[in-house]
Amino acid sequence: MGKNQRIQRHPILDFERGKKVRFQFEGQWLEGYENESIAAALCASEVKIFGRSKRFNHPTGWFCGIGKCSSCLMRVNGIPNVRTCITPVREGMRVAIQDRKGILPDEPDIKVAKKEEYVQVLIIGGGPAGLETAITSTRLGLNTLIIDENPIPGGQLTKQTHKFFGSKKEYAGLRGFEIARTMLEELRKCGGRYLTETSTIGYYGKDGKHKFLAVQKREGDYQLLGIKADNIVVTSGASENYLPFPGNYLPGVYGAGGVQTLMNVYGVKPGNKALIVGTGNVGLIVGYQLLQAGVEVKALIETMPCVGGYLVHASKLVRLGVPILLRHTIKEAKGEQYVNGATIIAVDENKQPIEGTELELDVDLILIAVGLSASTRIISQAGCEKMFVSELGDWIPIHNANMETTIDGIYVAGDGSGIAEASTAMLEGRIAGAAIAEKESYNPEEAKMIKEEAFSELSKLRESSFLKAVTAGKRRCQQKWDEVKSREK
Amino acid sequence: MKNEPREIGYLTYDVLKKKVGLPSRERLAKGPVAIIECTEDIPCDPCVEACKLGAISKVSLTTPPDIDYEKCTGCASCVDVCPGLAIFVINMNYKEGKALVAIPYEMCPVPQRGERVDALDRSGKKIGVGEIVKVRKGKGATFVVLVAIDKDLAMEARSIRIQGAINE
Repeated sequence: MGKNQRIQRHPILDFERGKKVRFQFEGQWLEGYENESIAAALCASEVKIFGRSKRFNHPTGWFCGIGKCSSCLMRVNGIPNVRTCITPVREGMRVAIQDRKGILPDEPDIKVAKKEEYVQVLIIGGGPAGLETAITSTRLGLNTLIIDENPIPGGQLTKQTHKFFGSKKEYAGLRGFEIARTMLEELRKCGGRYLTETSTIGYYGKDGKHKFLAVQKREGDYQLLGIKADNIVVTSGASENYLPFPGNYLPGVYGAGGVQTLMNVYGVKPGNKALIVGTGNVGLIVGYQLLQAGVEVKALIETMPCVGGYLVHASKLVRLGVPILLRHTIKEAKGEQYVNGATIIAVDENKQPIEGTELELDVDLILIAVGLSASTRIISQAGCEKMFVSELGDWIPIHNANMETTIDGIYVAGDGSGIAEASTAMLEGRIAGAAIAEKESYNPEEAKMIKEEAFSELSKLRESSFLKAVTAGKRRCQQKWDEVKSREK
Repeated sequence: MKNEPREIGYLTYDVLKKKVGLPSRERLAKGPVAIIECTEDIPCDPCVEACKLGAISKVSLTTPPDIDYEKCTGCASCVDVCPGLAIFVINMNYKEGKALVAIPYEMCPVPQRGERVDALDRSGKKIGVGEIVKVRKGKGATFVVLVAIDKDLAMEARSIRIQGAINE
């Protein structure tokens, strides 16, 4: 320890780390910055092991970086199971590896205040879909509120340093973090409200009235919010898919998106030599971003016989000398406590490993970029019906073109309604926001116009062969919605 | 098929010639011209907006862009706005024996004027040495780097490697 993994120079980003703070890790004083999460501050000090797994006592460390995977649960100021990746580090904080179960102390030092709220539109998740829903519906005159678990608003846009494709209306040409900034400014201008570090606990609606319980965390204080809402829009995004292989639990095996958060939001180098598993757009983009952060990329591997993402993204890496190995998979992550190597292996047409083709790679970082799954826990708990969409390989909430689920007044948008990308997430958010305004008779004519325009924009984007699966999946979803509704009648 | 772009991760000169259509020898001799190395149906259009001469067009949002080499003056204002970093400008009229290639660049360190750098082709292979003639800070922190290089390499050189950079 004592070393510092913070990125000093970056071609695109300036890191605003804020004031220096001192905190304890296992009784030892470390330095962090007030704009960092606990987990990011630990990574910056080269602390790789955050805890031990409950069943096998395996070391665990950073993985998703956005509060979804529970790999970073630690005891903070005596409280166990704190998601350190989404909790800001503070002066004097006591951070410790927890007993594996995470048992609460007998008299936990938690103060909980209670508060009731009512809004016309409650939006769960403040990424591109949620922000666009809020901007649209607030502008049309509705009273809205976004709640989001993360300390920094903007969802996954905040960690995207590449310029976005799409059309001008959805901010094409701007970098992801700039889009987040622009959208937050739009939201501020129209008076939309936003709560960060606020997690939903569950849906407690009854008799057709919607209600969510949520907890807002602020500097160690907790506020229990009971939020009644006429309309709910769940824009909960996605979590990263995992891959089974020996050693996959080791700290140093990260979600590709998790690495983006660590290096692009917090400016901390995730390692020095990387292997990327998967060549979809996420894998390709992160590979390029690793180079920008000063990390060597040893290789990208892909089981398919061709690159998964856009050729232009692949070309950016290849012309800088990064090898892409097709028909290869990971056999093993090496290391006792954390990654210190990887074995990759060629696969045949049936994606079966070919013995004797193993290659050893000297890496300390393995990025898993094998797709995303829609985060639908809250929507399932609320009782919205889901369906398996084979085109998307995922369970998604059944919804219609207006983005309304099988429960009246509950909507979905963005990756939580089927994995796609940010531009279409924004359009879906705009549709949901406008559909609600239309239904509630808030500037209904304008709302209808906005919605129709968004429909046409969305179908233009979905003409791309890269979004074929989404288009097919969404069509089946609408059919299923019609079926459910006619059954109800 | 060998050299299929999606198998090697880049477009070869032959594929570009066939799919995109490269400027004629006569057009190249007249001076700088943009080459758009983008062949997929990505929904995207900042290049169309960026060209004030109307040289770049798209049939629809998801079709690859078309460029009119006669309208294009090689001003490079499209180079730094392309989110795919897929547009380059070639000036075959630069100097005796030397061509100038404009390359979008987003890595540290930023090359300096006068610096000699390795010229890399689309596959990342070193094909020669170039000299940085100009570095322009473009839109959104993308630099446009002008590299002077032997004329016969101008259609292949698409990246540079600076001493001390990653993946050296």
